[in-house]
Amino acid sequence: MTSYVPLSYVDLAIAAALVALNGAISFAYSLRLEKSLAIASLRMVVQLAAVAVVLKFIFAQISPIWSLLFTIVMAAGAAFEIVMRQEHRFKSWLPLLLSSSPAFLAGLITTFIALAVIQPSPWYTPRFLLPVLGMLVGNALSGVSLVLDSITSAAHRERNVIEARLALGATRFVAFEDSLKRAMRTGLMPILNAMAAAGIVSLPGMMTGQILAGIDPIEAAKYQILIMFLIAGSTAIAVLAAGIAAVHFLTDERHRLRLDHTTGAAKN
Amino acid sequence: MLRIEKLKVKPLPPMSFAVQVGECLVIEGPSGSGKTRLLRAIADLDPAPGLIFLNGVERNEISGHEWRSRVRYASAEPVWWSETARAAFASPHKSAQERLARLLSALALSPKILDQPIATLSTGERQRLALIRALFDEPQVLLLDEPASALDSEAAALAAELIRFQILAGRSVVVTAHEQSAISKLAHIRLQLARLPGPRADPSQASNAAPLR
Repeated sequence: MTSYVPLSYVDLAIAAALVALNGAISFAYSLRLEKSLAIASLRMVVQLAAVAVVLKFIFAQISPIWSLLFTIVMAAGAAFEIVMRQEHRFKSWLPLLLSSSPAFLAGLITTFIALAVIQPSPWYTPRFLLPVLGMLVGNALSGVSLVLDSITSAAHRERNVIEARLALGATRFVAFEDSLKRAMRTGLMPILNAMAAAGIVSLPGMMTGQILAGIDPIEAAKYQILIMFLIAGSTAIAVLAAGIAAVHFLTDERHRLRLDHTTGAAKN
Repeated sequence: MLRIEKLKVKPLPPMSFAVQVGECLVIEGPSGSGKTRLLRAIADLDPAPGLIFLNGVERNEISGHEWRSRVRYASAEPVWWSETARAAFASPHKSAQERLARLLSALALSPKILDQPIATLSTGERQRLALIRALFDEPQVLLLDEPASALDSEAAALAAELIRFQILAGRSVVVTAHEQSAISKLAHIRLQLARLPGPRADPSQASNAAPLR
């Protein structure tokens, strides 16, 4: 078994040369990607370096408070990024918070399952807690963002269908039945695809990392399988909760469709 | 009986009127005068201040979906979400299927139409099916928005006849229709909505929104 090989800064510089090549191609064919490429590369380097410093600090503390705080800050950033990219956003902060919090909760719950299985000691050892919590919350969040995007777009696009069903005496959940089902399928699609493709189309990132770090491939695969199942579980919980919350906030207590609760609402 | 008190629907002035059991209110007015908005507000599809009573029960005393299963709004442009119309008429009761057959024949539609893809039907066929869908579970009040807009005069006459039967059966009907149309002749009461109060028009003009008997 080979062991972990540390990288020198020269190694990184060689890799960076490839990005420069990329930039040269962009310049030669006037793709106008040089600027975005430079900014993205710089951002990546700064962000990862900063995270590494923070992680080093947290790993030294071995305190559950620091680990949790770090995850919340990271997940909040991700949630903000996701929300800002959506076409039709909820107007007030409450629906937004209530529909994105399922990801945090689902991630947190499944992380405890993971910790119960892995049994690090102490249980809050940041080296285990942070990556697991981060992966679970991150995946649940992207599932939630897909669900929210899908269901709010469906409410705008299929408002006539939803209102026709409401007019026929349907409750809001019956009227949203098709949109909700489709949104939940959309939210679960990435993890379903990831599970189906794992090992064939791509080697999952965590497994690759563990193998690079010198772990036995069988052990790395076992960890990956555990994480995949937990991601599927937490995403499913988060997607369901977020979908139901979204229907709730796209309508009101009189079971009326309220597109005015979101941005970009068309006036009738 | 449907009773409306001080219902505020923009851009109309607050309105109060009643439609008795077995009565038909015909709403006339140019497009944009608020006919559809008024019907939607009565069905509680849009928030509107004011009181609406059905047989003494105010809409807020029961849930929104329960209200709309009693006070049925059918939009001018029928919307379908299933492959065929059959799904809209799901009922295990034999009497419901017999009623469906009667409704279809009343509008000169073949029962086979239920299994044809909605997308292949004509606008008129879709509109007639939508009228049947609105009547199918026997709501107490019918709010019909231009129910014959896509029908030829023959089919429109059949639709008017079907609506007349609903009135005779003790339902209250509120319908928007063009003047002199077959459906307009069903009116026991008429409500004339004025043109939208524009920048030049006097807003008080809209106060002719009082039903004439």
